[in-house]
Amino acid sequence: MYFGLETTLGLFLLAAALIALRLRNLLAAAVTLSVFSFISALIYLVMGAVDVAFTEAVVGAGITGVLFIVVLFHTSRRSVD
Amino acid sequence: MTTSSRNPILITASRLLAPFIQLFALYVIFHGHYGPGGGFQGGAMLAASVLLLRLSVGAERSELKFRKSWGTPVGALGALIFAGTGLLTLLLGGRFLEYHYLPLPDLSRAELHSAGILLIEVGVGLAVMAVLVGIYDDIMEGPGGD
Repeated sequence: MYFGLETTLGLFLLAAALIALRLRNLLAAAVTLSVFSFISALIYLVMGAVDVAFTEAVVGAGITGVLFIVVLFHTSRRSVD
Repeated sequence: MTTSSRNPILITASRLLAPFIQLFALYVIFHGHYGPGGGFQGGAMLAASVLLLRLSVGAERSELKFRKSWGTPVGALGALIFAGTGLLTLLLGGRFLEYHYLPLPDLSRAELHSAGILLIEVGVGLAVMAVLVGIYDDIMEGPGGD
């Protein structure tokens, strides 16, 4: 029904995942993972699963992002590998 | 996090934003059985508002909102509300979480179901909020704590 919208969001999702993998700055990678979570929440919303989308937006983008950033305070900012 | 240079724009914005996040989280918890949402999502949003204050204004000031030592007790209280509701219906002759056995007078069967689900969601919300904030505090404390 929303095939074009789903395809576009899927491409954005893939782009966010690849950028998060390629980035050397770990803070930017954590923020890009939050972007990934928001896009997947939008995909759930388009597919009609409002409750799942809500949970993904709150937990995936909010809490997980905060926890990643907090862990980064205790380690170095840049990846070495 | 231990630096004293905090951005005033960041502090003002997050202090303005946090009460509205909490209000919406309460709406999500209490409206959970009519629409999307519920105890888990609302509790996670409450935790997100506390974590926003923890990150922006610092641990000392944000402890006025939710103390570090409250994590485990409030989480246990939420779990106790959930389990207590279920066990109360069990004691009063029903099965676990069979809401229409709840001892609330002058309520029909459907209203008792609504009230029981509300109790469950308040319990789940409290537990989720306290545990998520507790995880954050434990990570910030670093290794070597209790």
